[in-house]
Amino acid sequence: MNRHFLGDTTVLLGRSLRHIARSPDTIITTAVMPVAFMLLFVYVFGGAIETGSDSYVNYLLPGILLITIASGISYTAFRLFLDMQGGIFERFQSMPIARSSVLWAHVLTSLVANLISLVVVVLVALLMGFRTGTSVLGWLAVAGILVLFTLALTWIAIIPGLTAQSVDGASAFSYPLIFLPFVSSAFVPTASMPGPVRAFAEHQPVTAIVNAIRDLFAQEPVGSGIWTALAWCVGILAVAYLFANLTYRRKIS
Amino acid sequence: MSNSHTTAQAEQPAIHVHGLEKSFKQLTVLRGVDIDVARGSIFALLGSNGAGKTTVVRILATLLRADGGTARVAGFDVATQAADVRQSISLTGQFAAVDEILTGRENLVLVARLRHLKEPGSTADDLLRRFSLTEAGARRVRTYSGGMRRRLDIAMSLIGNPPVIFLDEPTTGLDPEARIEVWQAIRELARGGTTVLLTTQYLDEAEQLADRIAILHEGRIIVNGTLEELKQLLPPAEIEYVEKQPTLEDVFLTLVGAKTEKEQR
Repeated sequence: MNRHFLGDTTVLLGRSLRHIARSPDTIITTAVMPVAFMLLFVYVFGGAIETGSDSYVNYLLPGILLITIASGISYTAFRLFLDMQGGIFERFQSMPIARSSVLWAHVLTSLVANLISLVVVVLVALLMGFRTGTSVLGWLAVAGILVLFTLALTWIAIIPGLTAQSVDGASAFSYPLIFLPFVSSAFVPTASMPGPVRAFAEHQPVTAIVNAIRDLFAQEPVGSGIWTALAWCVGILAVAYLFANLTYRRKIS
Repeated sequence: MSNSHTTAQAEQPAIHVHGLEKSFKQLTVLRGVDIDVARGSIFALLGSNGAGKTTVVRILATLLRADGGTARVAGFDVATQAADVRQSISLTGQFAAVDEILTGRENLVLVARLRHLKEPGSTADDLLRRFSLTEAGARRVRTYSGGMRRRLDIAMSLIGNPPVIFLDEPTTGLDPEARIEVWQAIRELARGGTTVLLTTQYLDEAEQLADRIAILHEGRIIVNGTLEELKQLLPPAEIEYVEKQPTLEDVFLTLVGAKTEKEQR
């Protein structure tokens, strides 16, 4: 059964990538909102925010990258939902293919699409004055964290993609994920927040991940922070993967 | 298809269903369905909306599990040998299961690749020709008419020559011309030795196509036979003289210049 897994996943990945190539607007719209936030915060609010770093765009970018991913994965749910609606999903499921390849193709497509959007956002940030002296290794570490975070959120997105009753339902789940960075260290230092909010902000995954990426960009020692960030990514990934596959199995049997 | 499949099919009916039961929560849809479909025949499953036709097809296509009973397709049990069943079948569901963003040819190549054929490109071109879609092959399916979509859908189901094909309401929502096109495609299939299980709510469709007809009503098969056998269930016909008026379908098809069924034979 699984001897065709790689081949089938490749074929189906090719199909989804063709979808993206034919509607590149999904990449653009994914990047538009984070870029707008970046403009707003750097040129409007940024002057009033005391971060302790000399460049606010340097401070801001890690959080913006996470927002990019959170808004990008809503398209993953959307694409999967369309397949479920259209009947092509059932065609695939009634064919002699490795059944899990249908989901993996969507997951890998999500990864590719999000990486392209992330590159667009980083390029805009460079235009706005973002600078880092980090090494190739540092960039690789940042990319690794972003890939893990994308995979984790993508597997979350698979669940509404499989179960949603409407297009709106399929993408609405991403709003809280987009909002999460606002209650973290992404825009302002957590020290400025009132007690309970601060407690939440300091113990939620976005803060750990943002701090790790920020330290990597600033060539600061990452310390144990990076392990907390990785633990969050891997933990969310594992739980989401488990529930997505449970949902999938319920859906196809 | 490998030879082991052929042996399994030769001994048994292409589709064998016995005592099939299925409920969705409180709603009992199938209460013991029995069907046998001979190899190479067209079998029509008739029933009103909600009679459970689609449920039967989904169980046979391994998309749904039955609560009770047995079902074998091409000699394989749908519950325990699902992968072998999927190797032997194709499903064309109620809604044309085509990828709108891809072109017609890309759709065919996609399915050929997923069926692990050696020459997906030439398979695709061949089917485009057979279904008169060669010119439209390079266009995105989004621009296709309903009839073209259906033809493409059925063409996709033929890839890899599966011995059994399920067609779930293949002509629902089509105009008369497109309907006739689809009927022709189905007849051609059966001529080539494929077993076709077709569900429909149009009685004339069953009359036109099927070797055997079964009526599914309230979760059970209430009759099952050839058209002649079914007609004998009613008292013999009385002879009445009626002026032969053209049907609206005759008028429509003549006006739009389509070939009618009779001319084609």
